[in-house]
Amino acid sequence: MSEFVTQATAFKPRSAVTQLQTFREQALNQWLDSHLPNRKTEAWRYLSLRALTGDNYFRTPAETPLEDKRALLTLSNIPGLDCYTVVMFNGSFEPALSSLPDSASGLQVSAFSDLSADVLSPYLNSAFNHQAHPFSHLNACHFADGLFVKAAKNAVIDKPLHLVNLVSKQPEKFNVSPRVLVIAQSGSQVSVIEHYISDEAEQSCFVNGISEYCVEEGAQANLYRLDMLQESAIQISGVHAALAKNASLNSFFLSLGSRLQRCDISVNFRGAGAQANLQGVYLPRNDQQVDYHTCIEHCVPHCTSNEVFRGIVSDNAKAVFNGRIHIHRDAQKTLAQLSNKNLLTSNKAEVDTKPELEIYADDVQCAHGATVAQLDETALHYLTTRGVSREEATVMLSFGFINELIEKIQLAEIGSYLRPVLAKRFASKHDLARHLL
Amino acid sequence: MLSIKNLHVKMANKHILQGLDLNVQPGEVHAIMGPNGSGKSTTGHVLAGREGYEVSSGEVSFKGKDLLQLDTEERAREGLFLAFQYPVEIPGVSNVEFMKAAVDAVRAHRDQPALDSMSFLKKAREYCTAVNLDQNFLKRGVNEGFSGGEKKRNEIMQMMLLEPSLCILDETDSGLDIDALQIVAEGVNRLRSPDRSFVVITHYQRLLNFIEPDVVHVLCGGKIVKSGDKSLALELEERGYAWLEDEVA
Repeated sequence: MSEFVTQATAFKPRSAVTQLQTFREQALNQWLDSHLPNRKTEAWRYLSLRALTGDNYFRTPAETPLEDKRALLTLSNIPGLDCYTVVMFNGSFEPALSSLPDSASGLQVSAFSDLSADVLSPYLNSAFNHQAHPFSHLNACHFADGLFVKAAKNAVIDKPLHLVNLVSKQPEKFNVSPRVLVIAQSGSQVSVIEHYISDEAEQSCFVNGISEYCVEEGAQANLYRLDMLQESAIQISGVHAALAKNASLNSFFLSLGSRLQRCDISVNFRGAGAQANLQGVYLPRNDQQVDYHTCIEHCVPHCTSNEVFRGIVSDNAKAVFNGRIHIHRDAQKTLAQLSNKNLLTSNKAEVDTKPELEIYADDVQCAHGATVAQLDETALHYLTTRGVSREEATVMLSFGFINELIEKIQLAEIGSYLRPVLAKRFASKHDLARHLL
Repeated sequence: MLSIKNLHVKMANKHILQGLDLNVQPGEVHAIMGPNGSGKSTTGHVLAGREGYEVSSGEVSFKGKDLLQLDTEERAREGLFLAFQYPVEIPGVSNVEFMKAAVDAVRAHRDQPALDSMSFLKKAREYCTAVNLDQNFLKRGVNEGFSGGEKKRNEIMQMMLLEPSLCILDETDSGLDIDALQIVAEGVNRLRSPDRSFVVITHYQRLLNFIEPDVVHVLCGGKIVKSGDKSLALELEERGYAWLEDEVA
């Protein structure tokens, strides 16, 4: 891995963001001071980083003609969804392909490069304990530009913001470091769809993204995070939220899996009466790995968190789920729930699931549960007694296992968009998913 | 239609059926009664193809085919239907998706033309109404959060959609109030026809007031110890099973 560190350290991407010089320098020092995780690092021990070595990913991608970009953009289309769209192509903001909100909407979407350091600095690295995330330092060194999204005070944003991060196949390996800052000012309501997608061609990218959500007093942020890169991509990400008094966060995470996919999620309660819902689905197959590390920091009293993640792991794939709930001494009257259920559909599939509760307050309710199982034979039998083939019944049950969460997605268009994608995922033959489409 | 000869079935080395014989002709309704543990539900499960049962000897022929050689789904496609005593809840899979898959599979096997979505839905709605089940139940997860009575009515709705030739009702009446019982019975009676047969497994004579059987059998110790017409059910209601057990012994 030392080669990786050398390559990463030496990489100086073309960047339009010049006003964050100090921030970058700090990040570089933090990166140099931090230790790259290995199998002895508890938070990384079940995930192999080997995919990062061997090739040098630290290159800026080549330019792609606008027409090709436009053609690839159709991949991200969510039918029927009326939304604002911001397109990032191989890490670069594409105004020509985006449809941005106007000022009357109450939603500001700007590139970092258009904003002064005074605007950005108070928020960058503010939502989470960035010291604990070495790859976040790397992101801070490498983002070419960033997206600044702000819902104005008390504004109820009329349409969701579809943030499309599209990557395409390149002849050489390359790095993309997306940086997103979402601020929901007090009393506002905003929905963001962070959509990472590529075409079906074998990908050569290493995507290392950080998204921060600052949800201010009484504000509501809805986040739909869809990681749908082709399986040879490498993706390491952090999604971090800070919630002020009475703020709320509703979030949905999907990972289709890739050669190496790691997502660190943290929710940091900073004001009483806030609540966070997290739902997630991961579906690695073949030789993919998916690793979700979630951390709910209950620092203050009277906050509620509810977290439900489900995974289906097939073939040789591997999934890691670590759900940490940290209830600080002052966080009395906390309600925290965590559930992680896994389905293994092959003898070689592996799941490492670990709820991790650290509780220092004495008047709290905290429940957790984790299961790893195979398909329910009784249910399979029931379906076949009606004439459905065992193969199709297997597809239906697998789909049903995650569909319970898909059905709860508030934006109906996202549910309708995901259904066929997921149904096909379980069916080796298209025919087997036809009743689910 | 169905011919069971000298059927012996074990489960986990416990003998459950010990020489069961049963002949059901097309159009007939047979009731199987008997005390707890006599093998009634096992009979249903073995016929439907549930795993975990070991057939140590005997034969079962269904419409001239060796039933025991068929997979569970093949039995269903050939026209065998088991209404479960405890229907299974399957959250995340909607009733309507499930039944469309089932009806498509069954119709393809029987060389019937496939039903398009509209005609299928029309039928499904009609049968929901017939068993007094709100149409919302089609969209809900299979049996998910259904009450006991709703589950049983859902079984009958499925049965109507699949148009089986042999319907086995495993204690469909248990847990039903009188109104629901009548609805279920009406659903069954509506399906009665000269080429469709029923095997009704029940503890209580009450159901047989609504679904009139041609033959009543008493299953005891894994085999049929007495058969008769519907008056046998009334006699059992009055006298219980003990006298039969004595008679057999």
